[in-house]
Amino acid sequence: MSQTLDSKVPSGDLADKWTKHKFDLKLVNPSNRRKFTVLVVGTGLAGGSAAASLAEMGYNVKSFCIQDSPRRAHSIAAQGGINSAKNYTNDGDSVYRLFYDTIKGGDYRSREGNVHRLAEVSTGIIDQCVAQGVPFAREYGGLLGNRSFGGAQVSRTFYARGQTGQQLLLGAYSAMMRQVHSGGIELFTRREMIDLVKVDGVARGIVVRNLLTGKLERHAGDAVLLCTGGYGNTFFLSTNAKASNVTAAWRAHKRGAFFANPCYTQIHPTCIPVSGDHQSKLTLMSESLRNDGRVWVPKEKGDKRKAADIPDSDRDYYLERKYPSFGNLVPRDVASRNAKQVCDSGQGVGSTGQAVFLDFADAIKRDGRSTIEARYGNLFQMYERITAEDPYKMPMRIFPAVHYTMGGLWVDYNLESTIPGLFVLGEANFSDHGANRLGASALMQGLADGYFVVPATIASHLAGRALDPVTTDHPAFGAVEEEARLSTERLLNVGGNRSAFDLHRELGLICWNHCGMGRNEKGLKEGLEKIRALRDVFWNELKVPGTGAELNQSLEHAGRVADFMEFSEVMVADALHREESCGGHFREEHQSEENEAKRNDEDFCYVAAWEFQGVNKPSTLHKEDLKFENVKLTTRSYK
Amino acid sequence: MKLTLEIWRQSGPNDKGRFETYQTVADPDMSFLEMLDELNEGLLTDGKEPVAFDHDCREGICGMCSLVLNGQPHGPEALTTTCQLHMRKFKDGDRITIEPFRADAFPVSRDLVVERDSFDRIIAAGGYVSINTGAAPDAHGLPIEKDKAEIAMDAAACIGCGACVAACPNAAAMLFTSAKISQLAMLPQGQPERKKRALAMVDQMDAENFGTCTNHYECMAACPKGVSVANIARMNREYMGAHVAPAPQ
Repeated sequence: MSQTLDSKVPSGDLADKWTKHKFDLKLVNPSNRRKFTVLVVGTGLAGGSAAASLAEMGYNVKSFCIQDSPRRAHSIAAQGGINSAKNYTNDGDSVYRLFYDTIKGGDYRSREGNVHRLAEVSTGIIDQCVAQGVPFAREYGGLLGNRSFGGAQVSRTFYARGQTGQQLLLGAYSAMMRQVHSGGIELFTRREMIDLVKVDGVARGIVVRNLLTGKLERHAGDAVLLCTGGYGNTFFLSTNAKASNVTAAWRAHKRGAFFANPCYTQIHPTCIPVSGDHQSKLTLMSESLRNDGRVWVPKEKGDKRKAADIPDSDRDYYLERKYPSFGNLVPRDVASRNAKQVCDSGQGVGSTGQAVFLDFADAIKRDGRSTIEARYGNLFQMYERITAEDPYKMPMRIFPAVHYTMGGLWVDYNLESTIPGLFVLGEANFSDHGANRLGASALMQGLADGYFVVPATIASHLAGRALDPVTTDHPAFGAVEEEARLSTERLLNVGGNRSAFDLHRELGLICWNHCGMGRNEKGLKEGLEKIRALRDVFWNELKVPGTGAELNQSLEHAGRVADFMEFSEVMVADALHREESCGGHFREEHQSEENEAKRNDEDFCYVAAWEFQGVNKPSTLHKEDLKFENVKLTTRSYK
Repeated sequence: MKLTLEIWRQSGPNDKGRFETYQTVADPDMSFLEMLDELNEGLLTDGKEPVAFDHDCREGICGMCSLVLNGQPHGPEALTTTCQLHMRKFKDGDRITIEPFRADAFPVSRDLVVERDSFDRIIAAGGYVSINTGAAPDAHGLPIEKDKAEIAMDAAACIGCGACVAACPNAAAMLFTSAKISQLAMLPQGQPERKKRALAMVDQMDAENFGTCTNHYECMAACPKGVSVANIARMNREYMGAHVAPAPQ
């Protein structure tokens, strides 16, 4: 039975919703907070900032991460920056403009209320991070520097060299460690969440695997926060860290949390191209490079001359040509799609023809090498290390790669999923980026959710519902732990001869070929069949050495791949059902004569939230209609 | 390219451990960890236990990867983590010894995997500014000299990998600890807790059984982010200053 989902976005003027909502929310008295335990899974920007903030308020927090330290979460790899509507540059920015750019950038597939809140709290994030000692870039006058990012015509991006994610994460991590020291947070490293425990329909605990000993452990609490990132590694090759996975979100989905818009995946335009079959991951080159780098390909198909030997008259600066007002700074989905188009037409460069040039020659001529080095030195060095080519002397070769996932577990305005007591933050939820995320907005959303949103909205659950005390002796914990034990045993006992690594690579290729930058009905249907077939292969040919009672990295990976094998099906099914092109979801049947994405607002202006019905059974679609009261739906144009 | 690998194998924290020799073939464009991925694929299909090693971002920023290659933490290339090292830096026929980061404070869990939670406890002792969420003044209320901000950022670039400890003959963690103390000592936000922080973090570092600096500078040579030993000098000054003129009681 399909149900209509209630977003719980408060009524009233857009600009007053969040303030009004905070006032209307119930409060937990400071002296009562210590009676509540909150389980926070993941220690990236969302999880780290939520754990620290909730502990500061007086809640008991238990924090879990799969790495050896909370400081390793993949937020750390974000390079470019974080947006904020500070308008320090006097170029006409405002909360409303950041809201508007984000709604438009998301191709009108996000919630107005959520996005406006994000823009509102963006200014407080910068204040908070500066107060923590995050060393943002500064001008000679001592004030903060800004740069611009794709999809915006103002400079609102704050940055710390090419390591903004690292510095923001270390800020959240240090705030967390302060609470670990004072006893507000109990820290559990090298733990992987295996399942969610519900009691009377409410999320009351988790079962985790201790990755060093293999032991399953139970943790009970009054609320569970999933801050476990995105599912980009479904594609095997992505810019995600190797351990990034969909497991926590997928297991929660199987327990009743709806999965929203899984087909919205972001393919980032500026990554280092694949070099061979051994490739284990792809490396992103920050979007900030497009501030100074010019993207081009040869005009002639199959032109194999060296870049330096191709005169300007034989070059096609296709982004500048097609999008004169945004030029090289068009949003990511537009840049990626255009790169694919020129490569498909035979103009691609490099040995595989699957790359375009990102050229700094003009910027170096204009500003001097030292200026470019100061701006992007570490990125140029990283490029040189991986490719053995010097980007100061020849243009970079770049190609799009899977980077971020806008889809995620469905949440309401309080960030609560369809399971009461289960909150989802950061990339793991679906709420703020619509069908395409603008650059420098992921860091903003992770920290917004963790520092400012959930510390307020969690009271709706803790103070709003009568929660009986629950301990890990409750039979629900025993049942879930037993299931977890059996699924580990199942993985260990398949008895085939193929590694999870190898099977994961095969799954990734299916997803990339059938549900990548361009999608069509025939390809998606084939993809679904191939995924189902490969899932059978997985359960017949998998080999996991060792036992479940030790540090066993093959077993960890196999568990994650098993979940990707199930999850990928709903991702492809969602892409098949969405008969329109929007943002990162490009259905080839739905494009304009100029090959731009063609939305169908008449039929698809909704969030698709899928309910799990069992493996090998189609999921049930639920819809949340998107209402636009402030922004007029138009065709997104960056020309 | 053909390679001979001497890899440290240890089944668990209580096993003594030993080197085992493997022959493998690699492509020069592979990263070092991709070479190990391929080795592990071969071991697995041959019915042998793959080699356990830590890694995550494979972009040189998370600090999860480690390894001592032919005696050098993170291998032969300067300013490069193991995950960013590529096989083209080696020659056909090379013999490579692969060991875990070794220090009393970094116990081995399995093969090449070590535990570095001692670093977390050093940060927990005082590596922060005590400010609660929501209490921050406007970011522009506090101008900071650009040059000082740059020095703070140089120190803040530390990824907490522990190569400095593995490189030091005394297994000292002074480069790591001093990087955080320096970052916050350079910034106005760090001033109120400056003395308390220096004392608490150094005391925790000692309690974790790390050694002491005797000026070998091996840490700086091994650091993939180029964190300077000038930070150690600054930490020593901060620590002494905090002792000589302690914060008012």
